[in-house]
Amino acid sequence: MLAEKHAERIEKIFAKYPDKRSGVMALLYLAQEEYGWLSEETLREVAELCDIDPTQVQSIAGFYTMYSEKPKGRFWLHVCTDLPCALRGADDFFSALCAYLGLDEHGGTTEDGLFTVEPVMCLAACDKAPMLQCNFHYHENLDLEKVKALIEQWRAEASRDDGVQG
Amino acid sequence: MAHILLRNRDVAGIWQFDTYVANGGYDALKRVVNDLSPDEVIGIVSASNLRGRGGAGFPTGRKWSFIPKDAPVKYVTVNADESEPGTFKDRELLEKNPHQVIEGALIAAYAIQATAVYIYCRGEFWDLAHALEERIEEARQANLAGENILSSGWSCPVYVHLGAGAYICGEESALLNSLQGLLGQPRVRPPFPAQVGGGLYYAPTVVNNVETLANVPWIILNGADAYQAIGTPESTGPKIFCMSGHVERPGNYELPLGITFRELIYERAGGIPNGKKLKGILPSGASGPVLRATEEVLDAPLTYEAVAALGSTLGSASFILMDEDTDMVWAAAKTTHFFKHESCGKCTPCREGIYWLDKIYERILRGEGTAHDLELLEKVPQQIMGLTLCALGDFACNPVLSTVQQFRDEYEQYIGLVEPVAAEV
Repeated sequence: MLAEKHAERIEKIFAKYPDKRSGVMALLYLAQEEYGWLSEETLREVAELCDIDPTQVQSIAGFYTMYSEKPKGRFWLHVCTDLPCALRGADDFFSALCAYLGLDEHGGTTEDGLFTVEPVMCLAACDKAPMLQCNFHYHENLDLEKVKALIEQWRAEASRDDGVQG
Repeated sequence: MAHILLRNRDVAGIWQFDTYVANGGYDALKRVVNDLSPDEVIGIVSASNLRGRGGAGFPTGRKWSFIPKDAPVKYVTVNADESEPGTFKDRELLEKNPHQVIEGALIAAYAIQATAVYIYCRGEFWDLAHALEERIEEARQANLAGENILSSGWSCPVYVHLGAGAYICGEESALLNSLQGLLGQPRVRPPFPAQVGGGLYYAPTVVNNVETLANVPWIILNGADAYQAIGTPESTGPKIFCMSGHVERPGNYELPLGITFRELIYERAGGIPNGKKLKGILPSGASGPVLRATEEVLDAPLTYEAVAALGSTLGSASFILMDEDTDMVWAAAKTTHFFKHESCGKCTPCREGIYWLDKIYERILRGEGTAHDLELLEKVPQQIMGLTLCALGDFACNPVLSTVQQFRDEYEQYIGLVEPVAAEV
């Protein structure tokens, strides 16, 4: 449970605002970090912490693109394909990345559950396209070769972590 | 010329508190708190003619002056939701020169005697926002933020709030709702944010863009007259121009307002790659009308008034450049798809209208468009523009209408009304 495991962080979140409702976005991030995605049960847990109705939490989780109400891969690769990036080859970059990971042209999650690739809206990195965010961290001025190297790095990171846990 | 805003380009490591302070950082806040009344601060900023850099260009001092003095609770909210396609200036300021933004926000807070500052960062600024919290803590430990600032008796904590991926939260009333844990959708106005009932937690609130606030410490230290000497009488001061798309040297350029399109594009940003000609210019990201790159346009000054007179808007000065080979129908389809995704769904004209515009573009790009579709691209906007709570619907229509008007031949080629221009064999 979040309340027990992250009591201190939750207290810090609520301390910023005059009411508990305002903590909902930060708590959704915390829950997502803890559980990997936002299940109905998790949304109810957040609702209880913020003292608001679960349907309101659900509408907020659904409104924003950075929350996921479905399980996703361990690494979320968000590729900007908006106009400024597309003028610098982002559409081709996105297709090449998907093909490299064995995904169809729309992206999706790899069979090993490691990577979820999605096209996203502008990420304020238009001068450094093509680019992506991996778990919300920026990687810029990319091409297929560079992203292949990053993917190897992330794969190695995953197997190292699994080794530690196993 | 030394930078006023992107001082990180001149002073290495200015993001660090000690370096910032060693280079005059927080001197303006100290002067304000120790020597000036809140009204005097508003007076200086009003006299400087600083206008909001988020896009609307509203006079900053006037915005501050609207806050009722007798309200017990007042807020400054910093709009760091930078999400306009083509815009990446606030990100550089917050990453590389964060204390200047914090200082500007605290001066604004002093001017309205705010009880707290909230910096609303878009969620994708995840790393930046967490670093910003550390910078704020440094300021607090130096008694420049938080309790009893500089022993003046005035207290004002500064907090960071993370959004979670929604363009609409850059609209000020949607931003306030989002911060309050409500859906990030625009509010009915009046009451406006500055009024009782309209702001954050319904208390009077100033919402300022990051770049706007980054101007403020310099204005306090150097005076309104010195600031007015930069730019033109109507469009005063330095502006960060974001250059993206087909441009040789993409990036941010801090230049005085009033330089020409030509100087910005060709002299500063290196012109168009591969010796191509420039065809289309979006001067304010995806949300303003596209301009055809004529000689008249290239010689025009970059001021709020001059760009408006050309039929577009300077907005946040986010230049998306498109060379002669760019398919303008495809470009308008891209911006339409963006706004369809980002419409918050509250107002029917925007939600439904942009959805249908997006469908029409899909059809045209598939080669299935008809003359009727071209008509619809001009008619549907009439049922969106001016009929919604915020400007997103209008934004979506701007690239549609302007490309249909100025690049009609390209639409006609798609729908088979005219033969395509023979491609080189």
